[in-house]
Amino acid sequence: MRGVCYTGKKTDTFNVQEMVVDKNIKILIVDDFGTMRKVIRNLLKQGGYTNIIEAEDGVVAFKEIKSQKIDFVISDWNMPNMTGYELLKAVRADDDLPRVPFLMVTAEALQDNVVQAVKAGVDDYIVKPFTSEVLGAKIEKIIKKYNAQ
Amino acid sequence: MDVQYINPFLEGTINVLKTMAFVEPRVGKPFIKKDHRARGDISGIIGLTGVVNGSLALSFSEGCITRIVSNMLGEEITAMNGDIQDAVGEITNMVSGAARKKLEAMGISLQGAIPTVVTGKDHSICHVMAGPSIVIPFETDAGPFAVDVCMGENK
Repeated sequence: MRGVCYTGKKTDTFNVQEMVVDKNIKILIVDDFGTMRKVIRNLLKQGGYTNIIEAEDGVVAFKEIKSQKIDFVISDWNMPNMTGYELLKAVRADDDLPRVPFLMVTAEALQDNVVQAVKAGVDDYIVKPFTSEVLGAKIEKIIKKYNAQ
Repeated sequence: MDVQYINPFLEGTINVLKTMAFVEPRVGKPFIKKDHRARGDISGIIGLTGVVNGSLALSFSEGCITRIVSNMLGEEITAMNGDIQDAVGEITNMVSGAARKKLEAMGISLQGAIPTVVTGKDHSICHVMAGPSIVIPFETDAGPFAVDVCMGENK
């Protein structure tokens, strides 16, 4: 089995669409609802991802991202203290941080929210409710995009 | 209250519970509710504002919500606890989001507030708008729940 992390280099023999993503990437789940963090953790486990940490809002998440290597962020939008949108903007504006893959998971499906998140540099967007298949497909698509860059 | 507002909440509820909790609720006959009594043991309530104002409440029986949350978390929960309160808030939030997306497609753009959760036998639900609400009763294999919507035009 070929394991490729998004930080790995693409070789000439690899077809981007055939890349297998590294299931050991460190994923940060950001959500103020503890049950939603558990639900996402369970869905990720179903997809084979087990290296997972959690944060209850954007402030805690930003500290985690600054203090350790996070390979992938899955964030809710509406949270107290610092929203997912504010977290995304802070991460993208910080020159000391590499561009970390950022997936927004939210109940906010309004068109304006999607446009706002895309402008701020989100890699993709999932509207709740969603299945483990949808979550897994989005993660793989984003990681493959980073691998191809 | 205009009945066109009801279907998005009905469809949103079914979609959220099927997708997140693998529960297929059976819809009953909607009715108009004129009192404040909740039709369940725990309720999630969320305010909605925009071209119309109102609120949405989901009220679950204990048996129904313990099954739903057990399925969502992948672990057996047998009694009401913090996880259940948390999940009711999140389910309410998701149903609100799913319904508002459908309403937006109908030209009705609404913002959702932060949900609150109330528990206890015979608790009350006081909607933002005066007047009756429409209740959509549902049945599941683990017990009943109800969706309670009250919407009105801005004056």
